[in-house]
Order: sequence, then structure tokens, then C-alpha cells
Amino acid sequence: MERKIRVLVAKPGLDGHDRGAKVVARALRDAGMEVIYTGLHQTAEMVVQTAIQEDVDVIGLSLLSGAHMTLFTDIAELLKERGMGDVLVVGGGIIPEEDVPRLKESGIKGIFGPGTSMDEIITFIKENVKG
Amino acid sequence: MKDLAQRVMKGDPRAIARMITLAENASPEARECMKVLHSRSGNAHVIGITGVMGAGKSTLISELAREYRKRGKRVGIIAIDPTSPFSGGALLGDRIRMMELATDPDIFIRSMGTRGMLGGLTGAVYDVVEILDASGKDIVIVETVGVGQAEVDVIKIADTTLVVLVPGLGDSIQSIKAGIMEIADVYAVNKADRPGFERTMAEIESLVELIADRGEERTPIIPVIAKEGKGIPELADTIDAHRKKMEGTKEFTLHRRRRYEAELVEIIRKRLMKMIFDEDVFRDRVEDLIDMIMRKKKDPYSAADEILSQVLK
Repeated sequence: MERKIRVLVAKPGLDGHDRGAKVVARALRDAGMEVIYTGLHQTAEMVVQTAIQEDVDVIGLSLLSGAHMTLFTDIAELLKERGMGDVLVVGGGIIPEEDVPRLKESGIKGIFGPGTSMDEIITFIKENVKG
Repeated sequence: MKDLAQRVMKGDPRAIARMITLAENASPEARECMKVLHSRSGNAHVIGITGVMGAGKSTLISELAREYRKRGKRVGIIAIDPTSPFSGGALLGDRIRMMELATDPDIFIRSMGTRGMLGGLTGAVYDVVEILDASGKDIVIVETVGVGQAEVDVIKIADTTLVVLVPGLGDSIQSIKAGIMEIADVYAVNKADRPGFERTMAEIESLVELIADRGEERTPIIPVIAKEGKGIPELADTIDAHRKKMEGTKEFTLHRRRRYEAELVEIIRKRLMKMIFDEDVFRDRVEDLIDMIMRKKKDPYSAADEILSQVLK
């Protein structure tokens, strides 16, 4: 039986704009993945607990508020702490070029800004998800 | 692998999550673990929750779980959403209404896609209920897919089946009574502050009366406003009372028997399907037969006979 890729799409922090997250969630579903969507205003703890219970292979974080440096890195840290370091974490939203290297260093493997095609995200996930 | 089962029984959330994934993917390791877990299951009160889409099932479950936590119970929740038959993907959004429960270590929520199963459940649901049960959850809530009226399979797995209705369904209650309305052990009428509430209550009452005329006890109907938590303690009391009433009865034993029967049938069905359609030997033969059916050289019944006689050899 084919193993399905399970993805958690989460909106951490105080940001009420989730159209982008929902569009990505739908595209991933149409690519054959099981997508768990959490809704708005998630704390790092909530995201990580949900990732553990749902045993996801991928976490997609969406943030447009500008707090990505704190929130994305907090989540990446917490994941490592809980032994979930092998989960592929990607992020999207309004993220300035200069922040990208530091985010990648903290464990956010892929950063997708405005204008990214769905195919690009899907391909990245399929290529980088652990066995 | 035995180690994983041990960790599940200690309630380790990562082990439970891992175990569920293995069961969902029907992996051989899962079988070994389930052998161990089966002997430790059977203690949890399994509550099945079904009802039309938009009835507020997820919100109600969230409140119910909170109520059970207040009563010191550990809670497992299985939320099932449909898998797309075209892409095989699924959008699982029931957690949105349950996020406040996410950080409680004594609540474990798992979202699942139906993965091709009809009847509102998913093939692995029997295993997942057993896993949560063996992990020490006192209450296991199964939320079915909320569409249509065919979601009656949940009674097979649940000790208590709760049907959630809302005002404004109008005559549709009449039309759905044949399926969904026959499986309820308890009714919850959610959104009780909405117009049309009295009428809905009256309709369900008359329906319940009809069944009672046949000599059965009246099915309780509990009005709730899940969003505000109103009526939830009463609902929990009623659900508990149903289980207490059932316990030790012949009916209960028969019900459990049927549950294992359904599970056994499901396991055999899955293995047979896998044998016929996944293994190369048969796969080629199946393709050949389909070609012959296309060319009217064979009919589907004779083709099925041929495959089955080979499998059963």
C-alpha cells in the first residue's frame, strides 16, 4: 500500500489572513496528500502538539504579520526539543530575502514567497520529505 | 515492535501517533503490535457521533471532550473527513474547532481520511479505536463524515451512538429517518437557540414515540448550544447513563460481538483485495480479463468466478 504524505498547514501567531494557507492546503490535497488544517492563531506549542498527534511528515507554516523570525524559529526549536526534528518544515508568506538564510539555518527547509507556483511547493515537498 | 506497543500502553503520544500511522498504512508491523494491544483494549467507552453536515459536530465534540476532562476522564478523538476519490488526497479540517484542546496531554486527537471506505468511517478505524483504548483513554469519540444519510456504520464500532441534529432541517427529518434516525442511542439538538427549534424537537419526539410504540424505551433527546457549552453536562450524563444501562446486558455482549465481526470482515476484505489487485500474478490476469470483458468475450460474473477460484485454490 502506498504511503500517504501527511501535511500540517498552520497559521501561527496573530494574523487573520488565511486565504493563502487554504489555497496551498487545497493544492496539496489535489496532489494526493492528507492535509490537516488548524485554523488561525496557533501558538508554537499548539502547532507542535498537533504535529505529534497527527504524525505528519511535513509542516507548512503561513505568516503574513512579519513575526516569522520569532514564530518560525520557535516552532523549529520546539520540534527538535520534542524529537520531531526529522519533520520537513516549510514556510510561506511575506518574508524578506535577507531573512531567508537565517530561517533555513534554524531548520525551515523551504521558504516560499508570493508568486510561488503550487507545482514548485508540491515538488519540493515530494523531493524533501523523509522516506 | 513490541516496544512500540508497550509505549502505546503507557500513553506516550508519539508512540500512539506512530502506531496509528502504521495501522492506517496497513503495515505488517501494525499487525504484530495490534496482537498485543487487543488484549489490553475493551475498557474505553466508545462514542460515535454522526449527523448532517453543518450540524456543529466538531464544536460539540470539543465541548464534550472538555466536559469529560472536567470529570477526570482521558479522551481520544478520531475525526474522519472524506478522501477525494480522484486525487486520493484529503483536507482534514475538524481540528479547527478543537484547537483549544491541542495542548492538553490527556486529550489525543487524530484526523483521518476515509481512504476509499464508504459508510462514513475509514478502514483503519477499528484499529485506531483499539489503539486509543489500549493507551488508557477512558472515552474514545469517533466523528463520522458529515454528509448524506448513509453514515450508519458508526453503530458497529460505538457503544453509544449520538446523532446531532439542528433546527431548520424541516421535512428533511422525515426523509432521513430511515437511515440515520434509526441508529441513535441519544439525540442532541444543537443550535437550540435558533428559530425552528420547537418544531424540530416536536418532530424528533414524534419519531421517538413511534419507535417507543414498538415496545422500546424512548431515546433521549438533549437540546444543546455547543458554542456556549449549554446542555453539554446533561448530554454527557445521558451518554454515560446509556453505557451504564447497557453494561452487562445480553444486548451489549451481542453488540461487541457484531463489532468484532465487522472488524474481522473488514480485515479479510482488505487482505483479499490486496492479494487480488496488488500482487503481480493476479494483477496481469485481472487486466486480461477486463480486456476480454471489453471485447464481449467474457462477462464480468464469469471473470469474477475465475479470479476467485484461483485465489481460493
